[in-house]
Amino acid sequence: MMNRTTHPPDRRPVRDRNGAATAAPPPAATASRSRRPSSQQWAAWAFLAPVTLYLGLFYAYPLYRNLDLSLRNYTVRSFVQGDAPFTGLANYRTVLDDPTFGPALTHTVVFTAVCLFFQYAIGLALAVFFNQHFRLSATLRALFLVPWLLPLIVSASSWSWMLNSDSGIVNALLSTVGIDPVHWLTSPSWSLTSVIIANIWIGVPFNLVVLHSGLQSIPSSLYEAAALDGAGAWRRFWSITFPLLRPVSAITLLLGLVYTLKVFDIIWIMTKGGPADSSTTFATWSYRLGFGNLLPAFGPGAAVGNLLVVAALVFGLVYLRVQRKQALS
Amino acid sequence: MNRRNRTWWKTATGLLLTAIMLFPVYWMLNVSFTRDQDMRKSPPDLFPVRGTLDGYRAVLDQQLPYLATSLVIGLGTVVLTVALAAPAGYALAKLRPRGGGVLSFLLLVAQMIPGIIMAMGFYAIYLSLGLLQSVPGLIVADSTLAVPFAVLIFTAFMTGIPSELIQAAQMDGATALRTFWSVVLPMSRNAVVTVSLFTFLWSWSDFVFASTLANGGTHEPITLGIYHYIGNNNQEWNAIMATAVVASLPAAVILVLAQRYVAAGVTAGAVKD
Repeated sequence: MMNRTTHPPDRRPVRDRNGAATAAPPPAATASRSRRPSSQQWAAWAFLAPVTLYLGLFYAYPLYRNLDLSLRNYTVRSFVQGDAPFTGLANYRTVLDDPTFGPALTHTVVFTAVCLFFQYAIGLALAVFFNQHFRLSATLRALFLVPWLLPLIVSASSWSWMLNSDSGIVNALLSTVGIDPVHWLTSPSWSLTSVIIANIWIGVPFNLVVLHSGLQSIPSSLYEAAALDGAGAWRRFWSITFPLLRPVSAITLLLGLVYTLKVFDIIWIMTKGGPADSSTTFATWSYRLGFGNLLPAFGPGAAVGNLLVVAALVFGLVYLRVQRKQALS
Repeated sequence: MNRRNRTWWKTATGLLLTAIMLFPVYWMLNVSFTRDQDMRKSPPDLFPVRGTLDGYRAVLDQQLPYLATSLVIGLGTVVLTVALAAPAGYALAKLRPRGGGVLSFLLLVAQMIPGIIMAMGFYAIYLSLGLLQSVPGLIVADSTLAVPFAVLIFTAFMTGIPSELIQAAQMDGATALRTFWSVVLPMSRNAVVTVSLFTFLWSWSDFVFASTLANGGTHEPITLGIYHYIGNNNQEWNAIMATAVVASLPAAVILVLAQRYVAAGVTAGAVKD
């Protein structure tokens, strides 16, 4: 999962003296608007022109082409000549009626939910652990970033070999405790579990780092007071850490949700969505329709992709709303 | 004494947890040194006792062109991304353009579009423009992974530059462009480093755009090099894992040299301070 972080761009520094800028809502700028000279406006937009043009050409236009793909009946020939007939929502109907739709939907939901839960739970436990003071704490925490920094193809191929049925280390370890070899990647009942395990491994570092920095904003005096009142570590976690971390948790989970929904590389490299669609999600299904077969089905592929875009944007907007609300409070 | 004892236990636990977490990375290294005839041994060797460099020899023989392509594409993506994002960050942070809020919002939304959808749109466009399997085409596509993030980082960073400095430069008669080039950009070195590191890493690691837009071309990046290796039903896993080790080097370099930038990049804004 390629986690990237987002930041509501501060419209102007409200508290820039102590270095902490908070986002002010757009309406707050109206008061100063009259004071802005128009030559500065021209300069500002001159600086913004390249990125604006870029957004139009390399985000909006590909998205438009993708929408166009999903509304026409494209074949390889008409793809080149550009004369594909307009078919309205036919591609979407094809996709909805496809026997793969149900499993893909289930797998996407299960994959996202299970990954999120374990990434968050493990990330939080590790964040609490590394928030203590002990030798090497910072160094070890930095080492935990490695899985997140590795190229996904590297992680995916390493896991593929570790989970190999005959020669993988995982089955070798299982056999030492008397468990029969598991066909991790080649059995339909295990393939989804396998890609979930690999993806959790990749996502834990992000959760650890973000939650750890959230922990540091909790004043230690609270813990000292609770300890004086006789609250044990477990109690302190549930009555102080967890509730006070809620805003950070919400942001982490929502961002994780948006990025887990679109995980493609790991699944495709490890199982190609198989065997027999047993680990197919919307992302891999869309890719397989468009690029995975000898005869590409660009229209249905784009239709599946657009369903995924809608889902990502819905949760993305929820994320932005939550974040804005937190910035204001 | 008691206190020190307790910290010792924590360090030991921390080491154990880190070892478990990094075991797949160790295993990649171990397999990359394993001889072909030991590859399917059961149980596998936990240490490369009879290690071989065959895997790395295969990398030198077969993967250098892929690595070079990835390097060129990575550097190209960095240049393009910084050139686009730094001026935009300056404008959003300091010049308060009308409509800047809308643009920032669009950038945040752009970041959430799944790469596979972008890849399909790019494929359709590049097919008609004849840009498929071209290095510039892949650079542009890869930059979409980084530009929104880069603008946000530059904006957040440049907001902290004292406005007095910029005003002083303007009083001295510097044009907006000159102020940006000689005052703002030099002061934003850390932001440039953070953005460049992440952009290079994402571009270097990209698989989605590579496999859709560059597949089968003369210039394929290292991610495709590894993918072809696996796909050809190759049984030389020491060569595959050796390539993976080499492909991980940029990540390792970044972690060692620029760890504080990495942590800053991950947390930037995900947590409000």
